Amino acid sequence: MRAVAAAPGTGARAGARAAVPLALAVVGFGVSFGVLARAAGMGAVAPVVMSATAFAGSAQFAVASVFAASGGAAAAIAAAVLLNARYGPMSIAVAEGFRGPVWRRLLASQLIVDESWALAARGGGRFDVPYLLGAGLVLYPAWVLSTAVGAVAGDVVGDPERLGLDAAFPALFLALLASQLRQRRAVPAALLGGAIALVLLPVAPAGVPIVVASAACLVGWRR
Amino acid sequence: MNEVWLAVAVVGAATVATKAVGPVVLGGRGLPRRLAGVLALLAPAVLAALVVTQTLGGGERALLVDERLAGVAAAAVALWLRAPLLLVVAVAAAVTAALRAL
Repeated sequence: MRAVAAAPGTGARAGARAAVPLALAVVGFGVSFGVLARAAGMGAVAPVVMSATAFAGSAQFAVASVFAASGGAAAAIAAAVLLNARYGPMSIAVAEGFRGPVWRRLLASQLIVDESWALAARGGGRFDVPYLLGAGLVLYPAWVLSTAVGAVAGDVVGDPERLGLDAAFPALFLALLASQLRQRRAVPAALLGGAIALVLLPVAPAGVPIVVASAACLVGWRR
Repeated sequence: MNEVWLAVAVVGAATVATKAVGPVVLGGRGLPRRLAGVLALLAPAVLAALVVTQTLGGGERALLVDERLAGVAAAAVALWLRAPLLLVVAVAAAVTAALRAL
């Protein structure tokens, strides 16, 4: 676990370096999102615009899956907004480190994504925001460009599921969780959050388990 | 096609606004101490939930046990052995892909 925690260095450059291996997995999913969204009848341009504006993989896959199942915009929007609701508390958690004029904070905040946020967590509620931004600057173009490749080129790249890439993300989150758990206070929050997600997964709409599980952080209320 | 662009526009705007809440409204200022103590535990709670939903999620309202679980278990072993991050992720993908290829 030390190797994980010792994501070497601080600051934007170190964050960018740490994000490179993740970018490879992101590219696999970006291409597959482009392919799937096109197959779902979203055309070639809309998926790329969506990757550029709603930089958040799981919500975008949810939208594509709704259109693939002939659902309407309302169902697609509801699923995506629920899936992305976690970014509210996540962005509040990192807010302190953002500096500069409003427009700059607005732009920079768009680089908050599960991977960059988790990489920048330093325990005790502290975040290395330059590290987050460095990681985001690597992951963002990887996501948008690979979506474009997928939407335009179709199925030249192998199926990401056949390559096991869908297991790469939970493994990544597990590794990042392990480095957080060296802080003893984090253990009950993680157990509760995981349990809530497990219980809700079969009964709640996509996205709800993660939103509700985030409430597990309330175990930290008494100082 | 209009339905698609409507979804793209609304989801995009909602995501931009959600991510901006903290940095734009609170940027540069700290949080009350109690709230900070709660937010400190947001990362482990959300990460644990992400591990569960991405390992066992099976589409809408479904729990699905498949090759991913073995892949993530293998990754846990790699973590236990203090493997570096890239190796942990690669092990998960390789085990999952190998089992699917059987």
